[in-house]
Amino acid sequence: MKFKSLLAIVAMPLTMAVVPAHAALKVLACEPEWGALATELGGNLVDVSVATSAMQDPHQIQAKPSLIARARNADLVVCTGAELEIGWLPVLLQQSGNARVQAGQPGNFAAADFVRKLDVPTQLDRSQGDVHAAGNPHIQTDPRNIAAVAAALGARLQQVDPAHAADYAKRQADFTARWQQAMARWQTQAAPLKGAAVVSQHKAFVYLYDWLGMKEVAVLEPKPGVEPTAPHLQSVLATLKATPARMVIYSAYQDPRPSEWLSKNAGIPAVKIAFTVGGTEGAKDLFGLFDDTVTRLVTAGAGR
Amino acid sequence: MHKLLSASLALALAAPIGAMAETPPATASDIAALKEEIAAMRASYEARLRQMEERLKAAETASAAAATTATAANAQPAPASPGDATAVAAQPAPPAAAPQPAFTPSAVNPAAATAAGGGANAFNPALSLILSGTYAHTRLDPDNYRITGFKLPPGAEVGPGTQGFSLAETELGIAANIDPWLRGAANISLHPDDTVSVEEAFIQTTSLGNGLTIKAGRFFSGVGYLNSQHSHTWDFVDAPLAYQAMLGTQFGDDGVQFSWLAPTDQYIELGLELGRGRSFPASDNNRNGAGMTAITAHTGGDIGDSHNWRAGLSMLNAKANDQVFETDNVAGPGTFNGRTTVWVADAVWKWAPGGNATRTNFKLQGEYLRSRRDGLLNYSDVSGAALPAFGYRTTQSGWYLQGIYQFMPRWRVGLRTENLNPGPAGLDTLGEPFPGPIYHPRKHSLMLDFNPSEFSRVRLQLAQDRARLNQSDTQLFLQYQMSLGAHGAHSY
Repeated sequence: MKFKSLLAIVAMPLTMAVVPAHAALKVLACEPEWGALATELGGNLVDVSVATSAMQDPHQIQAKPSLIARARNADLVVCTGAELEIGWLPVLLQQSGNARVQAGQPGNFAAADFVRKLDVPTQLDRSQGDVHAAGNPHIQTDPRNIAAVAAALGARLQQVDPAHAADYAKRQADFTARWQQAMARWQTQAAPLKGAAVVSQHKAFVYLYDWLGMKEVAVLEPKPGVEPTAPHLQSVLATLKATPARMVIYSAYQDPRPSEWLSKNAGIPAVKIAFTVGGTEGAKDLFGLFDDTVTRLVTAGAGR
Repeated sequence: MHKLLSASLALALAAPIGAMAETPPATASDIAALKEEIAAMRASYEARLRQMEERLKAAETASAAAATTATAANAQPAPASPGDATAVAAQPAPPAAAPQPAFTPSAVNPAAATAAGGGANAFNPALSLILSGTYAHTRLDPDNYRITGFKLPPGAEVGPGTQGFSLAETELGIAANIDPWLRGAANISLHPDDTVSVEEAFIQTTSLGNGLTIKAGRFFSGVGYLNSQHSHTWDFVDAPLAYQAMLGTQFGDDGVQFSWLAPTDQYIELGLELGRGRSFPASDNNRNGAGMTAITAHTGGDIGDSHNWRAGLSMLNAKANDQVFETDNVAGPGTFNGRTTVWVADAVWKWAPGGNATRTNFKLQGEYLRSRRDGLLNYSDVSGAALPAFGYRTTQSGWYLQGIYQFMPRWRVGLRTENLNPGPAGLDTLGEPFPGPIYHPRKHSLMLDFNPSEFSRVRLQLAQDRARLNQSDTQLFLQYQMSLGAHGAHSY
């Protein structure tokens, strides 16, 4: 009892300290790409913290104490949605005691709601592995999706923080212009990749392939979310004899060994891509993410 | 269907013939035969339709549309004249097909009735089912299992359970938002002895804000670390001895819980619980006020990218009225009247390289429980005559420490060691101080589990259990735990 009252006394001034009149909008981003986007669109009007890093498998995060504390204080939670965070975000929101960020509130933003989703399963059965009912959630690998999400997130920031609506609108227009330019550049740069046959370690790049017109001929994971097995790798190798691929692609957070094995045995390059901001040295922000990704893919593709 | 088609064709041909004035006798007998066939078919169809209707009624969830079709179908077979036979014979096909939903499991299953229900089931709550089973091999008979020095109510779930193959609890979980302000969840436990119990059933606020959440109903208390976690998320087959001896394996109660999260970057959560006190260490208190109160405080955070932790201190206060406990010598059953205070200190530390737990990770977890019982003991002797009550005051404690290491994807190994202290004021069942040294129950467990996916687990556990006085039991468990349905999010 003593402990509790002591804590209450300690916490009281802190309560007041965190809600001054012109505090920056507190944004909790589930993944680094949305943290980077919120920073692009909010600048110094937002105080962004990111729940996960590029080195973590976004499917397998735990609702750890530091995240609960951050969810409690957030004004806006920006996540991918499409069930990517289903194993941890619901617990985080339940335990947060924060009404602003509950599902359905303006403070709860799911990026996948604003893009056209691919790989939407026609049949929902766990015998098919870790499938997502809403479709493939790895939407950030296509810059056109980033543009669509940016438009929606910009509007949401204006809604949540109306006092700075004009600033958000200005920043959004600026970002959109720069992003359109960059997209044109990447598309020109990646033109040689059109029609290229590739192998993926995890079914994480459908949106990237859709954007650049690449073809996925095989996946190293036998089922989504199931670790590659030796017999399955052999069967992929056999498939490549009939339909050769130009490269095998894996994300920074994944174990490179299955891709390296295939690279060695099939004689094709294994390409590590950042997958999200912070995944590689070059992927320092959203622009860097795609600069780096396109460069890596083109370099590997040109080698053949 | 073939028969039906040929029958209707035959009838279609037969009808105009039947209409002719001068019919050869051979044809007339043919018509008679056909009439019989129709009558037989009609009888058979009517019987089938009645059957379908019965099923339809039984499956109350079947849609109105299906019901209408069935009624329409039932109204069909009315005509009797051969002239109308064509219509009758031509018709049976659709009615036979239409009420079919009554036979398919989808119409019976409320979850799948959406097809005709116009999305009425779109709001169905999330359903999950836990399936679990065990094979246990123990050197000593589990029936005479005792945690030496700890007074527990008869039927307390202690020890390795039963030998051989057994089904563990089948747990049905149902959860959904109720409205914009509340959420509800229930966990129904189906026991292998064909009984059902409500493990948890609570409502919880979602919109109070300011870090405040209120829960009401039946729920697992937030004391300690392991207590609020469902058994299927435990890292070992059984609960630690300290939990078995001092919290009745897992303390759940009917009541209300207030929890408040401090608005700081450091995680600080405070909780207050008031409850009925329906189970050990309380005894069901049918009276005004609270039979159980608990206060919990937890904090935690990160150390770099790779480490995170949580630690806490909790206190549980429980009242007991005529709480019966088992005695293991000459005296008859005893009862306890008084109060019990259990303090729990808990800590958990998790490590994963770069925060990515997919390949390898480690979890170290330990709890210390201290229980103080203060009140009166009553005994009756073997003849049932009550002996004079005497004051009982004792402080008992226990701890466990466990480490779980995932050494490669899908495979984990764990070690748990535990020790109990029945307290310096050890009394035997007749209230006499223990002669000689006090016995400290202890146990070591080693486990290996394989997780083919996030939803399945197979576990092997080997334990050396010295809870019985001066006896060592060797226990071997083989267990599976599977989760179906909604993807439950797990707490830290």
